[in-house]
Amino acid sequence: MSVEAAHSLHNEPHEHEEHLAHQFMNREQQDESYIVGMWSFLVTEILFFGALFLCYSIFRIQYPMAFQEGHEELSWVYGCANTVILLTSSLTMVLSVHAAQTGKRILSAMWLAATSVLAAGFLVVKLAFEWYPKFQHHLIPGVNFHWPHEQFTEVAAGKAELFFGLYFAMTGLHGIHVVIGIGIMAVLGTMLLLNHKSTQYYMPIELAGLYWHFVDIVWIFLFPLFYLIGKR
Amino acid sequence: MSIQQAPAPDTYVKQESEPVKNYLNAEHTVASWLLTKDHKRIAVLYLISITFFFIIGGVAASLIRAELTSPHGRLFTNDSYNKLFSAHGIIMVFFFLVPSIPATIGNFIIPLMIGAKDLAFPRLNLLSWYLYTIAGGIALTAMIMGGVDTGWTFYTPYSSVYSNGQVVMTLIAVFIAGFSSIATGINFIVTIHKMRAPGLTWFRLPLFIWAHYATSVIIVLGTPVVAITLALVAVERVFPIGIFNPAQGGDPILFQHMFWFYSHPAVYIMILPSMGIISEVIANGSRKRIFGYELVAFSSLAIAGFGFLVWGHHMFVTGESVYLAMVFSLISFLVAVPSAIKVFNWTATIYKGNVTLHAPMMYALGFIGLFTIGGLTGLFLASLAVDVHLNMTYFVVAHFHYVMVGGAIFGFMAGLHFWWPKITGRLYNELWAKIAAGIIFLGFNLTFFPQFVLGYLGMPRRYHYYPPEFQAWNILSTAGASVLGVGYLIPAVYLSLSLIYGKKASANPWNAVGLEWQTASPPPTENFEDIPIVTWEAYDYTMLPDVESDLDYSSLENEGSVSGVPAGGVK
Repeated sequence: MSVEAAHSLHNEPHEHEEHLAHQFMNREQQDESYIVGMWSFLVTEILFFGALFLCYSIFRIQYPMAFQEGHEELSWVYGCANTVILLTSSLTMVLSVHAAQTGKRILSAMWLAATSVLAAGFLVVKLAFEWYPKFQHHLIPGVNFHWPHEQFTEVAAGKAELFFGLYFAMTGLHGIHVVIGIGIMAVLGTMLLLNHKSTQYYMPIELAGLYWHFVDIVWIFLFPLFYLIGKR
Repeated sequence: MSIQQAPAPDTYVKQESEPVKNYLNAEHTVASWLLTKDHKRIAVLYLISITFFFIIGGVAASLIRAELTSPHGRLFTNDSYNKLFSAHGIIMVFFFLVPSIPATIGNFIIPLMIGAKDLAFPRLNLLSWYLYTIAGGIALTAMIMGGVDTGWTFYTPYSSVYSNGQVVMTLIAVFIAGFSSIATGINFIVTIHKMRAPGLTWFRLPLFIWAHYATSVIIVLGTPVVAITLALVAVERVFPIGIFNPAQGGDPILFQHMFWFYSHPAVYIMILPSMGIISEVIANGSRKRIFGYELVAFSSLAIAGFGFLVWGHHMFVTGESVYLAMVFSLISFLVAVPSAIKVFNWTATIYKGNVTLHAPMMYALGFIGLFTIGGLTGLFLASLAVDVHLNMTYFVVAHFHYVMVGGAIFGFMAGLHFWWPKITGRLYNELWAKIAAGIIFLGFNLTFFPQFVLGYLGMPRRYHYYPPEFQAWNILSTAGASVLGVGYLIPAVYLSLSLIYGKKASANPWNAVGLEWQTASPPPTENFEDIPIVTWEAYDYTMLPDVESDLDYSSLENEGSVSGVPAGGVK
């Protein structure tokens, strides 16, 4: 028990004092808080998507035939291409975080840019090669849905509409997350290039990385559920 | 040997002569409030906002009670009445009860209690208030543009296909409010994990912190599910994808499952923070450590855990599998165990305590009684056969008002009175506070006890036409609501007056233990001049000198061992 001990809490010299927010006592506390905060947020995201995966599972069990027919309207080639694109973007994200941790500012920004380009490529495939043709094929629920398989009754068509409803809701929500990711990467990349003081510290890029890997993992589940399962 | 455990002594001395800088007078511009990152100012902003919504919800409640004085529905058309009770439910649940204690008292007190300078993410905290305000604005706009008649539960397919009200707009409002509450939840989890002062181990935390930790876990796990569920309803109104529409092969019962997966735990979001307050107030009012501290702490987590496994008890009459219903019924009964642990342990704390009946204590005692009635009638509803008779009747309404008003609002009032001197630096009129507590207790029981009888006799909820033989009970209930309304007006008056005429509060007007009482009232912007080092257990009232004045911890310095505290910082 010493006065020194008490004083040292207050006046501890900080290695990177300029990056320490006022509410934290030291960098270690700040870093851990950010990481725990981000993981807590990702838990909410898991439950956010989880509710949709629950809907998918229930209706897939209830209407296996409709889901089979609906699934055959999707192109596994585009799905596969997008999986490769997103997995590669995860790699470039890791490289960006690594560059930030080792203090290579410009390199980090470049890898972030590469990640954004890949993310944009994902959206191009999704929108131009997948969603737009579905519009042409009258597969948009509530807008122009027309189920082409004539052997199906109206009820079965409704269930196919349900499949496409889930498809658009789930890939749409995922797509919104991709767009948000691109926005985050654009802002962080610009800040890195301008040598903004927030990005002289690697934690923001680390957190963006966690988010981006989460977006990838959601796709890793979406891809088999919509494009692969049911393939004979 | 002056370790900075006690507040800097000169803080109080200066108070007499020149105004000490505190969080209220640090800055005076409007921008300094609207762009503040100080958790205390955000808490005050929240307090003003939720009071505003409480008044709106309260006016809706008064109109409902006024309508029900006549069995023939003389004041409102059917449509208006449906919109009225929906507005009451939506405003009170999503815009008052869910944020009430965590975002105001929790926001203010948690960093003070754990010896932190602020929450972990001050900007996120401010964002949370803005999201709440935007959501509230959208909800009010939707009400003005015609409102919704779906009830606060938004059951499908009525809400997703048939209702003509402003359903999409209201759903967007609730969706945004959900993210406001998630922001608060994440902030609390991180703050409680990472920002505790040196020496403040988990089992030295006040029970208020444990309760808020459990609440935050529920918020983080439950809110996203209801958010996506309500978003799907909104999407279905625009694009009929049919997930909840049986005409397209969808499942309306699935909506109820997903809705109650959040909305049952949401009841614990409302009641757990209240229970945390009751623990603080009972310990102070009895001048004793809470009996069975660890069990009370774990019972909060147990309630949070069980809370996620009981949603099916809202759906016993929807045709869910009888075996499923039996399991839900059983687990619902199990929730009574941790709840009873709390009630018995509070009672055991009061036993042989040195009881002071100050206003917060009166609310706390009221809470114990009303929560017990609310909780036990919950067991009636969790019983499969009895529920078939009582479901959708006023018995349910009375039950959840005993928990939400008798529980959550009594806790809120107890906490508001307990920490009012800390928040504002002023003392309120204790006599009026006690009178108001008594009036609210009487008014509350007069309002809601007759509703148990009405429900048992078979009066359905959400109807404004009813058989004339129910009129007497309804008039009793409305009379009670008037008393309750007066009861709420009195605190509004004396608390407001205390801001101007109230005596200046000392740092520790209740002679309480706890870190929040060791800093000035109102606290300075940075909360503590030096981060305190904690060497004592929670509620250790034995260490207090038996005086009514400020704390003096000098006796501690010899027995407490600071050497056990890591000098480098907290983990």
